[in-house]
Amino acid sequence: MTDLSIHAPDPSQRLWRRLRSEYFASPLGSILTLVCVAILGLLIWWVLDWTLFRATFEADARAAECRANGGACWAVIANRWRLIMFGIYPYDEQWRSALACVIVIATVVLSCLPRMWGIIRLAAIWLFAALAFYILMKGGALGLSRVSEEQWGGLALTLFLFVSTVVIGMPLAVMLALMRRSEMPVIARVTGLFIDAIRSLPLLAILFTFAVVLPFVLPAMLTGEKLYRVIVGLAIFFAAYQAEIIRGGLQGTASGQEEAAKALGIPYRYRISRIVLPQAFRLALPATINQIVITFMETSLVVVVGFVELLAAGNAAYNTGEWKFAYVEVYVFISAIYFTFVFGLSRYGAYLERRMNVGRR
Amino acid sequence: MGFVGLFCATLLGLVIGLARSSKNAPARLLGTIYIEIFCNIPLIVQLFFWYAVVTQLPNPRNAIQIGHVMLTGRGLHFPGLNVTVLSAVVAIAIMIAALFVILWIAVARRFGRVESARRRLLSLGVLVTGILGAAVALSWGRIPETPLVSLPELRGLNIRGGFQLRPEIYALAFAITVYGAAYIGEIVRGGFKSVGRGQVEAAQALGLSPWRVFSRVRMPLAVRAMLPILINQYVWLIKATTLGIAVGFSDFFMVIAGSITHSGQTLELIGILMAGFLIINFSLAAVLNRVNRAIALKGKQIGVAQ
Repeated sequence: MTDLSIHAPDPSQRLWRRLRSEYFASPLGSILTLVCVAILGLLIWWVLDWTLFRATFEADARAAECRANGGACWAVIANRWRLIMFGIYPYDEQWRSALACVIVIATVVLSCLPRMWGIIRLAAIWLFAALAFYILMKGGALGLSRVSEEQWGGLALTLFLFVSTVVIGMPLAVMLALMRRSEMPVIARVTGLFIDAIRSLPLLAILFTFAVVLPFVLPAMLTGEKLYRVIVGLAIFFAAYQAEIIRGGLQGTASGQEEAAKALGIPYRYRISRIVLPQAFRLALPATINQIVITFMETSLVVVVGFVELLAAGNAAYNTGEWKFAYVEVYVFISAIYFTFVFGLSRYGAYLERRMNVGRR
Repeated sequence: MGFVGLFCATLLGLVIGLARSSKNAPARLLGTIYIEIFCNIPLIVQLFFWYAVVTQLPNPRNAIQIGHVMLTGRGLHFPGLNVTVLSAVVAIAIMIAALFVILWIAVARRFGRVESARRRLLSLGVLVTGILGAAVALSWGRIPETPLVSLPELRGLNIRGGFQLRPEIYALAFAITVYGAAYIGEIVRGGFKSVGRGQVEAAQALGLSPWRVFSRVRMPLAVRAMLPILINQYVWLIKATTLGIAVGFSDFFMVIAGSITHSGQTLELIGILMAGFLIINFSLAAVLNRVNRAIALKGKQIGVAQ
């Protein structure tokens, strides 16, 4: 009898083989590995050293002590975090701003749960959240003092811009996408021209147009608060991009689906809302999540038209004589906030993509 | 400046994309860290950060000096020529035109029949003509009674002479490079992933050396796959150069609002700005789409990445 059983290789030997094949396959590869490991080690050591080992954590430390320690000076965050998070919102009322942030984040998390997916449920929680946010931030009801929109700032403003852009922009995008594939050539052409024009302009130019130029063109009764004009601008920009994404999804759904629905005599609104759109959204999901992430990052552009959102508040936080030296710490703090949101959203997107693919394999 | 940023971003992005798709685990990890950090932080935050870094550089008195190049918080100073602006522009335009003609001679099919020695001679001639033309333009526009080359030097509290590059400009170029490279790195990785294993294995089976497998098989196929996405990314990055406004004129908003009330000319200005962007973006997309068509449609042999 020949022994056909294969001996399981010794684990240490296996490890060694893996190491050899992945890290030291060739002389050049070995050098590359060593160089990369050295860079990685240096980077990790340098970051840890700067953020933890030599950093200054005491809130009452100032420039002299921080310089002596040589590392990061987290005292600037300890002293100025309320400015970064809430902007120029009245100091005594900042709990309202914090609560509003929590409500928005909770709503976003809730609507990410598959259990909440349904037009009525989603609309209900978003309506409730919008109402609660508005009352908390603006005041003037339930015994809360009034705070005008110009004083909103920091994280609350960033979240407000982001959420309202997506909530207004998404239905607009669906509308534009449907108009672009309309059977009436005039509507289809005009919509196509509109979408392409918006897409080829930088967002900054659109923000300027809505924040600065519009009040001079429109009659006074139509202009409204600057904040809302900017949101409309952001929403139109988002809708133009999202419409193209949805159109991609619509093109991807088999045309037989719609024809079958037509043959069954299903009216247009059900054909679109129950048969075509759900499939289109499923196809367009990865790109949609990507676009939402980009929109979140682009809300920081409103700094240019004079809003004190997260980034501008951070700029203000270190732009006093006392903290002028600590700009790196402030930017690291802001970047960490953005990173948390964006990274979370994109991971969620990846999860959704996996989940959606389960049924198809 | 946008084009400088694009060029550097493409180079860095290529390196990162290669690191991400290499077999070497530490290199992959480094690439991943880079991409995750720089993709997930808004461009404008990065821009403000780099701007803060470059403006916190030492004042002119203790400038960082390498040769005649001086780096201070107020800008990068390097030797320049004492010529009028117009002639400098003309000279640069002539040089760029010459380079394009050379590129055209090298690539266009019309010159394919001409033998390569004559083609080389022709490009050399174009190059010499370009340099001569630029020199003529420069000498014509020379400011009289000054030395030809002006060197930056410290005078009083500031640096005089030479050519000064404002910090906003290279902060923006740097930010676009770093941010764009992260995205281009992902695109490059996607391009290499789309090259079929069979293609690479077939090339190896034919006994091609690793370098030839890379440059003649993987690279052209990857370029073909990633070019359409790359075009979008370029257009996007060109639009992102407007962010220079954010750091350059921190209250541009006030300036505009003021000038509208004064003159009412700003509507036209914004109109011109928008029209300019439409033209740049449409022509960039058109050129790149032409390149894309040239290498995508026909399944024939294609040249190395252009």
